[in-house]
Amino acid sequence: MNAEWLPLVFAALMGLAILAYVVLDGYDLGVGMLMAGAERAEQDLMVASIGPFWDANETWLVLGIGLLLVAFPAAHGVVLGALYLPVAAMLVGLMLRGVAFELRIKAEGWHRELWNWLFWAGSTLASFAQGLMLGRYITGFAPGFGYWLFAVAVGASLCGGYVLLGATWLILRTEGALQQKAIAWARWGLMWVALGVALVSLATPLASETVRHKWFDFPQVFYLMLLPAATLAAGGWIWISLGKSDWKPFAGAVAIYVLAFAGLAYSLFPYVVLDRLTLWQAAAHPSALKFLLAGAAIVLPFILGYTVYVYRLFGGKTRAGVYEH
Amino acid sequence: MEEALLLARVQFGLNIAFHILFPSITIGLAWVLVYFRLRYEATRDAAWLETYRLWVKVFALSFAMGVVTGVTMSFQFGTNWPGYMNKVGNIAGPLLAYEVLTAFFLEATFLGVMLFGMNRVPGWMHVASAAIVAFGTTVSAFWILALNSWMHTPAGYAIENGALIAGSWWEVIFNPSFPFRFVHMLLASGITAAFLVAGLSAWRLLKAPDDAGARGTLRFGAQLAAVLVPLQILAGDQHGLNTLEHQPAKIAAMEALWHTEKGAPLVLFAVPSEEKKQNDFAITLPKGASLILTHRIDGELKGIEAFKDHPPVAPLFFAFRVMVGMGVLMLLLSWGSVFFIKNPPRWLLWAFSGFTFSGWIAVLAGWLTTEIGRQPWLVTGILRTADAVGDAGGAALGASLTAYIGTYTVLLIAYMVTLTHMARK
Repeated sequence: MNAEWLPLVFAALMGLAILAYVVLDGYDLGVGMLMAGAERAEQDLMVASIGPFWDANETWLVLGIGLLLVAFPAAHGVVLGALYLPVAAMLVGLMLRGVAFELRIKAEGWHRELWNWLFWAGSTLASFAQGLMLGRYITGFAPGFGYWLFAVAVGASLCGGYVLLGATWLILRTEGALQQKAIAWARWGLMWVALGVALVSLATPLASETVRHKWFDFPQVFYLMLLPAATLAAGGWIWISLGKSDWKPFAGAVAIYVLAFAGLAYSLFPYVVLDRLTLWQAAAHPSALKFLLAGAAIVLPFILGYTVYVYRLFGGKTRAGVYEH
Repeated sequence: MEEALLLARVQFGLNIAFHILFPSITIGLAWVLVYFRLRYEATRDAAWLETYRLWVKVFALSFAMGVVTGVTMSFQFGTNWPGYMNKVGNIAGPLLAYEVLTAFFLEATFLGVMLFGMNRVPGWMHVASAAIVAFGTTVSAFWILALNSWMHTPAGYAIENGALIAGSWWEVIFNPSFPFRFVHMLLASGITAAFLVAGLSAWRLLKAPDDAGARGTLRFGAQLAAVLVPLQILAGDQHGLNTLEHQPAKIAAMEALWHTEKGAPLVLFAVPSEEKKQNDFAITLPKGASLILTHRIDGELKGIEAFKDHPPVAPLFFAFRVMVGMGVLMLLLSWGSVFFIKNPPRWLLWAFSGFTFSGWIAVLAGWLTTEIGRQPWLVTGILRTADAVGDAGGAALGASLTAYIGTYTVLLIAYMVTLTHMARK
């Protein structure tokens, strides 16, 4: 195979799509989970703040999984086969959450309350299942009770991470009493995330020898420590700017995700399934990758362009009634 | 393995059947909305805006249903059919990815503008957003039908190390059955949307006979159906001829023709028996099948016995007849209503209400016909369905299947109840 760079390009594209999904639908799911702590009028505002975006946000998941399927078919089978049940749980959660956007307004009587509740339940189920998938994935699907316990802990941590994203999104998009509530939620979310990130960072090297060597061998350990240091700084920045700035907490939360993602990518590379399949072993035929890359190079700038357009169009503070149709 | 194959097929079949209900509505309804929105732009009559506003709600709910079930499908391609991706992933994968890149993002993003942007963008931009969403749904159908048609009539490929790669992407996409299937599906969606619009409007008129808006949309739906149904019959006939050329075993099973003969009869009704290789209780029209399929009275048609691999006869025979039967009923209703539609009597309102979801029945029967008709192949002549199944255990499949069935039941009931409630409010 003479096109060695193609799998690398597709790994980058897939990684970016998944990162985009986690950040973008992360705030949607976080807002969904926070519905539990809000009054009815606040819930309507919260859903309105994500209403114009959620559908496109979820599309990044389809792109990420699509790229895994297309570019790394061998890995797709292994990964999704091993994650069969958590994936099914996530899909059920996403289905309930997605249709609840419409049905919580359109249904009548007790149905309306039911769909409001299912909006929360679907968001929570999807978030936890995604964390569980991540936890299983980074240990290379190792069997045993301890590894499953670890995955459950990652599931809980990702819920915290999405709560942080959702709360900081609400700080950005709302005002008054709801914004004050969101600031309190963000503090809880931040503590939850700190615990989760610390846990995962410590447990991953313990669980995997490959990862341990990559991080703690000399001399790279010195500059690699910049990554956790930067994550810590981002967390501190969020804490300080809560209540003082509308946009800094959200930006800080996004930074934490980017840094955590970079760390994860570094841990795994060059594997797409830890210790089992490298990117190159799992890659599809160059003819398929080239055909797709040509299209992606043309289409992706347009997608980014109109995504920016829509975020600008619906920017600013969310007010009651504006997002009804 | 047998059990896993059955469960994988049931699960995927259930999911894809549930999914297709919603794109069948949204592809057609999206263009109907563009029309409503343009009429408002042209006339500045507030009634058109009201009409648009009502139907955009129906569209938004249907679209959300389509999205969430579609996301599920994107996972199941790999989880249920790993053998499929191993064998033809180099062809199927890029087509699916092109659908995401060129259609899904477009639809999802501009749907936001369409639903929430009316007071934020100029009128032309709002019209454009509706048109972009409609264009996106059609592009989405283009890619998925290109792939599906390729599985029926594979072309433009080469084989390297046991797996397929594309030789010519043009031939892959524009494979022999694609143009027919694409047109057939677009028309089917238009008809499904037309009967949905007419049906919910009629339902509304049964409660509020003086609702001028509902009268207008009933008329619009009935007339759209009256135009599209005859076109569909024509397109279906051409699609059938194409199938006869490329998948003759499918046609033989659809018509329950066991033996090769000249001047083959059209079997109107029968109970085909796979064991006895004959039809029980058959009512036939002499020379009919030859006339329809070869357009000659004594044309020769190959019988099921001529094919080593052929699909199961009875389900195909019945599914095809359900589809054609629905088509005939739709033709009768849409044309029969022409003289009454200005002042619709109550029986007509009841008839259209009863036909609200008639498109679904025809679409499902049609898809069952074409997909069962491809068996035992997943990709005709290249990959058998039994060789594509994954190694997910029966327990995992069973548990997830139960969860999906429960979720789909809740969603389908909620969807239908909500629509009928909205129409009556």
